[in-house]
Amino acid sequence: MSIEQAELRLPPAAVPPAPPIGDTRTGSIQAIVKKPASGWKSIVIDTAIGAALPVLIVALWQWAAERGWTNPLFFPAPDVIADAFGSLISSGELFHHLGISVWRALIGFVVGGSVGLLLGLLSGLSRKAEYVLDPSLQMLRTVPHLAIAPLVLLWFGFGEQSKIVIIALGAFFPLYVNTFVAIRNVDNKLFDVAKVLAFGRAKLLFRLVLPAALPGILLGVRLSLALSWIGLVVAELIGSQSGVGFLINLGKQTSATEDIFVGVIIFAIVGKLVDSFVRLLERKLLHWRESFEG
Amino acid sequence: MSVPVLEIERLNKSFQTPKTVVTALSGIDLKVQEGEFITVIGPSGCGKSTLLKIVAGLDLAYEGSVKLSDKEVAGPGIDKGFIFQEPRLFPWLTVEKNIAADLSLRNPEVRKKVDSLIELVKLQGFEKAYPRELSGGMAQRVAIARALLRNPKVLLLDEPFGALDAFTRAHMQEVLLDIWQHNRTTMIFVTHDIDEAIFLANRIVILKPRPGSIRGIVPVTLPYPRKKATTSFQSLRLKVLDEFERLEETEYVDRAGL
Ligand SMILES: Nc1ncnc2c1ncn2[C@@H]1O[C@H](COP(=O)(O)OP(=O)(O)O)[C@@H](O)[C@H]1O
Ligand SMILES: [Mg+2]
Repeated sequence: MSIEQAELRLPPAAVPPAPPIGDTRTGSIQAIVKKPASGWKSIVIDTAIGAALPVLIVALWQWAAERGWTNPLFFPAPDVIADAFGSLISSGELFHHLGISVWRALIGFVVGGSVGLLLGLLSGLSRKAEYVLDPSLQMLRTVPHLAIAPLVLLWFGFGEQSKIVIIALGAFFPLYVNTFVAIRNVDNKLFDVAKVLAFGRAKLLFRLVLPAALPGILLGVRLSLALSWIGLVVAELIGSQSGVGFLINLGKQTSATEDIFVGVIIFAIVGKLVDSFVRLLERKLLHWRESFEG
Repeated sequence: MSVPVLEIERLNKSFQTPKTVVTALSGIDLKVQEGEFITVIGPSGCGKSTLLKIVAGLDLAYEGSVKLSDKEVAGPGIDKGFIFQEPRLFPWLTVEKNIAADLSLRNPEVRKKVDSLIELVKLQGFEKAYPRELSGGMAQRVAIARALLRNPKVLLLDEPFGALDAFTRAHMQEVLLDIWQHNRTTMIFVTHDIDEAIFLANRIVILKPRPGSIRGIVPVTLPYPRKKATTSFQSLRLKVLDEFERLEETEYVDRAGL
């Protein structure tokens, strides 16, 4: 929860490209995305610099493992993990489970995110809606949504439903909060302009409020996606018969630690890819903003 | 004389603050002819912005009558263009889309008018630029084009060049006069710069503060384009300054009486 709570205090207009607080997964890919104009060579160099440390660590790890300095049960050697990767891919298991996980996260995000966006728009646009909705939602927001996962399981059972609900709960709040705040922070001076130009209600919404709130809403999308992914991991680890979380659990039960590593790496890679995708989307949609010139 | 396009009669305006009532305007009477260029000048806090906002229909809580083309002003509308001190462009829209604002450039009529306005405000080549890429003067020209696209009966400008440097400001004054001579839009231009007021106006309305009221109206008959260095310009300047000095004296007396 700390992610979106921290974001709440920052006006969305001022936040833009800075990584959200608590988001530690911002690394080399972001560096590539941020400098499109600098050309191929510097992209390669940037990547090489960013990759130097991980490569060194993996090499050291491999070296230590070959000397028998590490316990393969806790730290399987990188080549063992790579082998596990290979066999999970060739057997088709990896993509089967990954597909299921991505599908769940997506459904949960769409359900929770769109309800969050809708209620955020409602509260942002109408004081009445704010008075009715916001106090309750702000109270619920202080409850860590993962803490009520057991309750959700109790209510919805171990099937797909409970997983979707857990993911959707995570996706809901960042979009709700950021949409609401973004709308309330639309520059009053521009509202005066809309008055003087006699914008109708629809034009006011589509030509002023939504474009002005878009940076904040996209920030909400990014945080929602991140929390959807975390919700997915939790939901699948608590109990499931498929998905990347299931692969990890299976690895634990069969003491195939390398499979656990494969699962964790997959979670990390997909999470990073999703984040990069939204950043790309932001760059496309918010190219009018100074801060994106770099 | 023709019918005035704008007619203000016995206008009083006060603000209710938690502690007191501030009389911002008192007994304003003003008739503006169609095509006239009026500048309004006065010290800060004398009610210039308040007056402009009332004419724009942005503030309806006043006593008296404000008529545009013989109709009582009932609210903001495109027949009253308004230029703020800052350009207030939509940062996510290009220059041409900012001018179109709520209208669609796909409408050939709008497209044509936007193109001719871009030429009028001398922004050719910047149609697709974003506000952040423009200088202050260029941005203000976009704002003026945006207002003119709607064919306002009157264009209200609240210290529009106040934030610009002296050179840009002088250039903008010329651009605005060009526009006025081309379009004959009625202008009401608020400023606290005496040279600017004389350079632009057919008539200068001098306001005095506490409560804001019209101190005097100075007609300016110098032919355009005016040169600020000429003796006739300077003598007019002294005349306006003189009004202000008398104003300061009465202020002084007022304060002494308190
Ligand atoms: N919204 C308001 N509430 C209370 N007082 C106001 C408000 N707006 C303006 N005033 C007062 O009215 C007077 C005139 O203000 P304004 O029209 O902004 O002056 P100017 O534009 O000439 O500097 C000032 O004394 C100001 O304090
Ligand atoms: Mg003012």
